Amino acid sequence: MEMPVPDAQVISRKPELVARLRRVLPAEAVIDDPAETRAYECDALTAYRCAPLCAVLPSSTHEVSQVLAICHELGVPVVPRGSGTSLAGGALPTADSVILGVARMNAVIETDYANRFIRVQTGRTNLSVSGAVEADGFFYAPDPSSQLACAIAGNIAMNSGGAHCLKYGVTTNNLLGVTLVMMDGEVVEIGGAHLDAGGLDLLGVICGSEGQLGVVTEATLRILPKPEGARPVLVGYDSNEVAGRCVSDIIESGILPVAIEFMDLPCIRATDAFSGAGYPDCEALLIIEVEGSEAEIQEQLAIITAIARRHNPVELRESRSAEESAKIWLGRKSAFGAMGQINDYMCLDGTIPVNTLPFVLGRIADLSREFGLDVANVFHAGDGNMHPLILFNANQSGQLELCEALGAEILKLCVEVGGCLTGEHGVGIEKRDLMLVQYDVGDLEAQMRVKDVFDPRWLLNPAKVFPLAVSAGRRG
Amino acid sequence: MRPESEAELSELIRHTETALQIRGGGTRGAFFPAGGAVLETGGLSGVTLYEPAALTLVARAGTPVAEIEALLSEKNQRLAFEPMDHRTLLGTTGTPTIGGVVAANVSGPRRVQVGAARDFLLGVRFVDGEGHIIRNGGRVMKNVTGYDLVKLMAGSWGTLGVLSEVSLKVLAIPQAEATLVLRGQGADACVADMCSALGTPYDVSGAVWIGPGVAGDAPERRIRVEGLRGSVAYRIQRLAETLPGDHSIVEGAESAALWQQVRDVTPFAGQEAPLWRISVKPTDAPLLLAALGRAGVAHKTICDWGGGLVWLMVEGASARAGVVRAEVSALGGHATLVRAPIAQREAVVMFHPQAAPLERIAAGLRARFDPRGILNPGLMGVAAIAEPAA
Repeated sequence: MEMPVPDAQVISRKPELVARLRRVLPAEAVIDDPAETRAYECDALTAYRCAPLCAVLPSSTHEVSQVLAICHELGVPVVPRGSGTSLAGGALPTADSVILGVARMNAVIETDYANRFIRVQTGRTNLSVSGAVEADGFFYAPDPSSQLACAIAGNIAMNSGGAHCLKYGVTTNNLLGVTLVMMDGEVVEIGGAHLDAGGLDLLGVICGSEGQLGVVTEATLRILPKPEGARPVLVGYDSNEVAGRCVSDIIESGILPVAIEFMDLPCIRATDAFSGAGYPDCEALLIIEVEGSEAEIQEQLAIITAIARRHNPVELRESRSAEESAKIWLGRKSAFGAMGQINDYMCLDGTIPVNTLPFVLGRIADLSREFGLDVANVFHAGDGNMHPLILFNANQSGQLELCEALGAEILKLCVEVGGCLTGEHGVGIEKRDLMLVQYDVGDLEAQMRVKDVFDPRWLLNPAKVFPLAVSAGRRG
Repeated sequence: MRPESEAELSELIRHTETALQIRGGGTRGAFFPAGGAVLETGGLSGVTLYEPAALTLVARAGTPVAEIEALLSEKNQRLAFEPMDHRTLLGTTGTPTIGGVVAANVSGPRRVQVGAARDFLLGVRFVDGEGHIIRNGGRVMKNVTGYDLVKLMAGSWGTLGVLSEVSLKVLAIPQAEATLVLRGQGADACVADMCSALGTPYDVSGAVWIGPGVAGDAPERRIRVEGLRGSVAYRIQRLAETLPGDHSIVEGAESAALWQQVRDVTPFAGQEAPLWRISVKPTDAPLLLAALGRAGVAHKTICDWGGGLVWLMVEGASARAGVVRAEVSALGGHATLVRAPIAQREAVVMFHPQAAPLERIAAGLRARFDPRGILNPGLMGVAAIAEPAA
């Protein structure tokens, strides 16, 4: 992965930078010992590593503002970091950068049930946002798989989704307001507790901008009342195509389940062996979950199972208890762990139009044979967000490169059928150089204009999202 | 000017030497402080893709909303964000277009449940102020590939570019709907009830308080649920038991008619009095109305979105912009002037002036997407015009 040549002049000024940072932050909040900065050398995309100049862990918006003002003055690039769970390298440092971690900022500032929002500092983890309101019957809807660890800051940066966004939307649909610290240290309030912010939809473009427009230190998030109950049904088919048609038919029927998850044979076998979920041995498995009161659940499941039966399932398992529900979800929820146990894997997340599902799965199987690497598929079928897992051996020379080449082919396929490179993980460095597959230079130019306005010197997370050649003239 | 294709639109903008007023159907009556040539998008018309099983529709920006709704209804689907038709309220005669809906981020009563127009917008094609054709987003539900200019374009009122094509998520029309109606409740108690209804698991899809003297002498509270027949019956019953008061339940087409009235703000139609569209935190709505009363602003109101959207009709010829905007600002919301006599339109900016840093960012974006300042100049972001105090 090509990264810009670090600025030697910036590196040479490290002592001055660290001294200035220590003047505005408590001593332990500035980490510059190379033994300790190693903890920040990568995120969950562990194939790429680079230690930063130093890492800072501010405790307030004011401290973030002071840090950014100093870095701005000295011309030092800043890489914002939530919990470091990015699969796309969104928090990968460069050797001349400061890592700005918001992990210490995890307080709940306000909860308001009448107006249905919570305001938090963005270092707070996704799951603990729901945790703060669940005793009162509310939850925060976006639920990325990493929700135990990932921070709201990162969720906003990547516009994270999750398994339940078919019904509840992704981060941008659940974000009401932010406190944004600009690269020069200015603190800006955008939106608030009301539903639609005034003026241009700046909130909409900040969400998903991968930490390149400013550092979001506080967020007002929409919370929702918890449904009375939820129940999954498991359906197995002997072909991906039939399972894909079943998904289409359910959606076309007008029912909107909270989740429709899809697993293919390699994934079913691996997860079943790992978790003992007792899945049927078949080509394709759907887990469809609906919500509501008991009667409402019955009403929806009656329609869904009738559609599912029309397609002759090899198995149709309706849960009759909380234990059975948990067992249906068990395999799906342990899918990534299961794959990790048998192999190294790379997880893609291109999105495709739902109706192209069977075609795309067929083409992925062809590509898998062509490249000689196994691919397991587990994904959110309702919204077309694929998660092909390419299995490879990281210790065998050339395999990572082969795996990346296959990944690129699969993502190109997603774009070809009318989809996109990434549905919820973000571009980061991982898909940066594929951006021209989806957009032409003019389209990217329009996006970069936004960064020019927020961060004219391109100091925030500068080597991400845009192909280096495309952003070269701007990065100084 | 009425381009017939995106390429023509691009050429036209590239070579224009005058400012342009961008017009879809011309039904919303935006206040343009400056003159300029009218650029109509009606020539860019037609649905280019409709995949009911993928819940996706792509249409050229000038496509009439009615054409889209007719097509969707054949497959029992709809635009779930319930866009308002402004013709009744404003007495306009054009044909509402999908590009206009998106450009103004027009969302109706269901916004409290499913989100705004911008939440259903999956992709855009537009032509910027220099004539560049730009594409962003796509036609899939989840897409975080690069910056989200899709949201930025929604609600930018043509000031960053002229939309040529939009891609939207659509949803099924539910089997049934029902509305709980209660008369005689004041704003305070009603907003509190609407907030608690929206905080139940009963998936409320509309909650409005129609103030006294608007749809009858007594104020009226309406709360709507939609979905499968059995589920609607269950939830409306639970709400009737949970909320105080002696309700009546209205179902089916009769319920739909009640909400069309709210969506289109028809009780305020056929009048000249200035009308504000105010966004505040729902529980602030009664505080705002009380404050305006104290300040001597006589008004009638419809509080939709559980209180979060206040339609405020000011009695008399003056919009009372100074007072209204000061009270709204004090609560952290914003007020858009939707209708006003000509003299007021010339004296009052349509959109709520924002904090200086936000104005600066917005001005920076406009300067980069429209460096010559030819797209709806002065419509958004003019804070400099002096507003009459009261």
